[in-house]
Amino acid sequence: MENKSIDVHNITVSYSGAPVLWDVDFELPTGVLAGIIGPNGSGKTTLLKTIMNIVKPVSGNVKVFDSNIDKVRNRIAYVPQRESVDWQFPISVMEVVLMGRYSGKNLFKRTTKADKEIAREALESVRMLEFKDRQISELSGGQQQRVFIARALAQKADLYFMDEPFAGVDMATEKTILEILLKLKDEGKTVLLVHHDLRTVREFFDYTILLNTRLVAAGKTAEVLTEENLNSAYGARLTLLEEVGKEIKKKDFPLREKDFDDK
Amino acid sequence: MSELIDFISFKDPGVLTILIGALAVSFASAIIGTFTYLRKKALVGDAVSHSVLPGICFAFILSGEKDPLLLILGAFLSGWISVFFIDFIVSRSKIKADSAISITLSLFFAFGAVLLSFIQNSDNANQSGINHFLFGKAAAITDADLKLFIGVLIIVGIITLLFFKKFTTICFNEDYAKSIGWNVKWIDFVMSSLTVLVIASGIQTVGVVLMAALLITPPGAAGFWTHSIRKLIFLGLIFATISTVLGTFVSYVRPNMPTGPWIIFFLSIIAILSVLFSPKGILRRLVLNRENKSKIRNENLLKTAYYLTYERELPDFSRSEIVSKRSYETLELEKGLKSLKNKGFLLENSGRFYLSESGKTEAKRIVRLHRLWELYLTNKMNFKSDHIHGIAETIEHIITPEIEAKLLAELDYPDKDPHDSVIP
Amino acid sequence: MNEWIFDIWTIITASTVACTSAILGSFLVLRKKAMVGDAISHSVLPGIVLAYIVSESRASWVMLIGAAVFGVLTNIIIEFLNKKAKMNADASIGITFTWLFAIGVILLAYFTEGGIDLDQECVLFGEISMINLDKVLVDGNLYLGPYAFWFIFPVFIIVLAFVVFGFKGLKITSFNEDYAASLGIRNGFWNYALMSLVSLSTVMSFESVGAILVVGFLVIPPASAYLLTKRLIPMIVLGCVFGILSSIIGFYFAKSFNLSISGCIVCATGIIFLVNLIYSIIRDRSRKNISIAQ
Repeated sequence: MENKSIDVHNITVSYSGAPVLWDVDFELPTGVLAGIIGPNGSGKTTLLKTIMNIVKPVSGNVKVFDSNIDKVRNRIAYVPQRESVDWQFPISVMEVVLMGRYSGKNLFKRTTKADKEIAREALESVRMLEFKDRQISELSGGQQQRVFIARALAQKADLYFMDEPFAGVDMATEKTILEILLKLKDEGKTVLLVHHDLRTVREFFDYTILLNTRLVAAGKTAEVLTEENLNSAYGARLTLLEEVGKEIKKKDFPLREKDFDDK
Repeated sequence: MSELIDFISFKDPGVLTILIGALAVSFASAIIGTFTYLRKKALVGDAVSHSVLPGICFAFILSGEKDPLLLILGAFLSGWISVFFIDFIVSRSKIKADSAISITLSLFFAFGAVLLSFIQNSDNANQSGINHFLFGKAAAITDADLKLFIGVLIIVGIITLLFFKKFTTICFNEDYAKSIGWNVKWIDFVMSSLTVLVIASGIQTVGVVLMAALLITPPGAAGFWTHSIRKLIFLGLIFATISTVLGTFVSYVRPNMPTGPWIIFFLSIIAILSVLFSPKGILRRLVLNRENKSKIRNENLLKTAYYLTYERELPDFSRSEIVSKRSYETLELEKGLKSLKNKGFLLENSGRFYLSESGKTEAKRIVRLHRLWELYLTNKMNFKSDHIHGIAETIEHIITPEIEAKLLAELDYPDKDPHDSVIP
Repeated sequence: MNEWIFDIWTIITASTVACTSAILGSFLVLRKKAMVGDAISHSVLPGIVLAYIVSESRASWVMLIGAAVFGVLTNIIIEFLNKKAKMNADASIGITFTWLFAIGVILLAYFTEGGIDLDQECVLFGEISMINLDKVLVDGNLYLGPYAFWFIFPVFIIVLAFVVFGFKGLKITSFNEDYAASLGIRNGFWNYALMSLVSLSTVMSFESVGAILVVGFLVIPPASAYLLTKRLIPMIVLGCVFGILSSIIGFYFAKSFNLSISGCIVCATGIIFLVNLIYSIIRDRSRKNISIAQ
């Protein structure tokens, strides 16, 4: 197996002209629990989506397991933010989890028995099997989050992306999710999650990526979560950076010049 | 040509009535439409204009005649019920706004169609002309209609002036309005009432479907030019005037041509022109891209010249010496050299170039910005020094003199960049 | 021939439109794109008029293609205004369809002026009661229904096949676009496929049964079913049932009082909607009371 799960190389991302991520560059080994930490609006979700190529970067590139993401989509799983979907959608818990077995290739085929078995196991592991026939609107916030986790587990991936899985969940759910994270790590899987609670980061996460529109630090948690770094990420805002961002938006400036060779 | 003169001189007094009537309707729509547009409720206007039909039919069935005031009262009432109905569906069920609007629109309109068929089956002699409400017929504007349209315009104008601050606030910052204790529901009620009133009165000029355009298109087009609400209204009125005059003219010249659709047609053309040519438009962006590209190219060339002049200490240099420092496409190089010569930054003497005094200052400025930004990246943004050059390559072209001053102050007027090069 | 056969065929035709619309409309409602269906049904008008001028007949493949082109064009312009020109979604829809509709009305006026017989009201609100005037007769006496039905039926089959085979794709891209993208599923493909079919079916139904009926069928029955069901397939099926039911009730009501058939059918869908709306409000309230009591 590869020893590098993610290699983010100098990615710059802009949203309607204004940069939201400046030249982010880091690597992540396999088999670790890693957290993306940073204040609100610091581009955490954008970074996650850019790694999965749901958001396209202006410049830079990303390698997952040493290859283009499209070649390894069957090895990654994703838990989007809970608020990003309409929970009134007429669909059952089981149907949501079964989506974890979809792919670009089997979309026109029927769901197999094996798929259903995997989905059941995934639901079992988040202790939601008894709710499998409920409509998703009839669940509490924590239960909805567990359904999303189960869907990702059903993907049987090597690398898991999770966006704020602990946001607004009850204690029982938090405990369940933590157990699952640790179990995934024991199985040698890699998990990268957007998170906001520094306490759990120190306690459970091996790796931390500290972000505030630019990369403040990335590496082993203990080395990253220094007071200096935290001040730099959460402290005074970089007003100059924001002004330059506005100027770029106003002039619709290209964020990267065409590649050139400077001799 | 004589037609144009006839039109302008209002040889036919009927034209004046039509023109003023259509102007009054489109003005009132453009004013109130600006607020509904900003409140992202543009399509509610579409639903309301479909929904006035049953009210009109009821008023006609009950009174048996086409008294404009009575018909508008009916239209106003059923328009209002439709607004309430949309709100009711959205707030009391899981159905979202888009579906609620669509449901209301088709349901009310269908009910109107049923009533219409009922009227057509009855042998009321007055029934002809009731279809004007469906497709609109500006040519049928009577003096009584005219008075009514002007009355509505005055009401809309006065109430908008009185409520201007409140309308503006709930458009841009509803939460703030709530926090200072304003009754947002009441303000919304006033705004919706005005919208319904305008639609109810204007519907017979342009018809059910196109009424929505009078509300949506003027602010939609004006939105490409400005963000200020006063200017949005002002521009909307100008656009409405232009298209109303043109539309009326076309149907004056060709009497079979419908006025309403032509007004909307010209209004849409203005919107399309705005999309293309306004400061926020597509073409402007293309021009900006070109300007950005040539700015980048020129400034890079100046930097190369700086390097050749100060670090290689050449008194002058040739094209091949430029290319030996940094590769440029031949065509780009020629364009850049020409433009720098035109600006007086670069001088040429039999195939060899050198920087003028102003060129030297400009070149120093760019190199300074590049190195300042590199310093900013390492000092303030914790970038490693092997990652900064690429970003600075772009940002050096963007920094304005104001940002430069702040940059200098924040970095405490440094003299060396992270690679230990002097900041000129 | 017995008159009741014509009645039955009218109901069958309306029901086919109802089912086609309910299937597609369910996804429009869930994707919060209900107004796009409304916009398309208006903006196909110039296509219909132009095609009529070219082919000189009302129900033809030229007309279909002409209108479908404008349907897809509507989508492209709306997306362009919204994404590229950064106009808000509401205004993009409103400006686009009114513009195309105005062009349609102008074209209609232009050609009517030139002496071509195309009734404005009929083109815009084509009445379903007229469909039996164009009928398919075999051997002079075996009646195989109106042309309108044989026009709409293939579209129904195409839509049905698309939803059956593409069910997973439609479901996942309607529910959670980002997640679908992470699996390598192309959201753009599904969106455009759905919108193209909405254009196609709107056009086919528009001309024969009228715009009022199309827009009504597209949103009202699926929305009613949405209030009642907890699963996607029951929602679609129930939407179809509501549509068929309204066709029958509306038709006979209109017939007995000599009223607009299309109008009455939509009113029937509206009554079904209101009943469901009130039921769902009462149900949710009592459910809330139970949970408070617990």
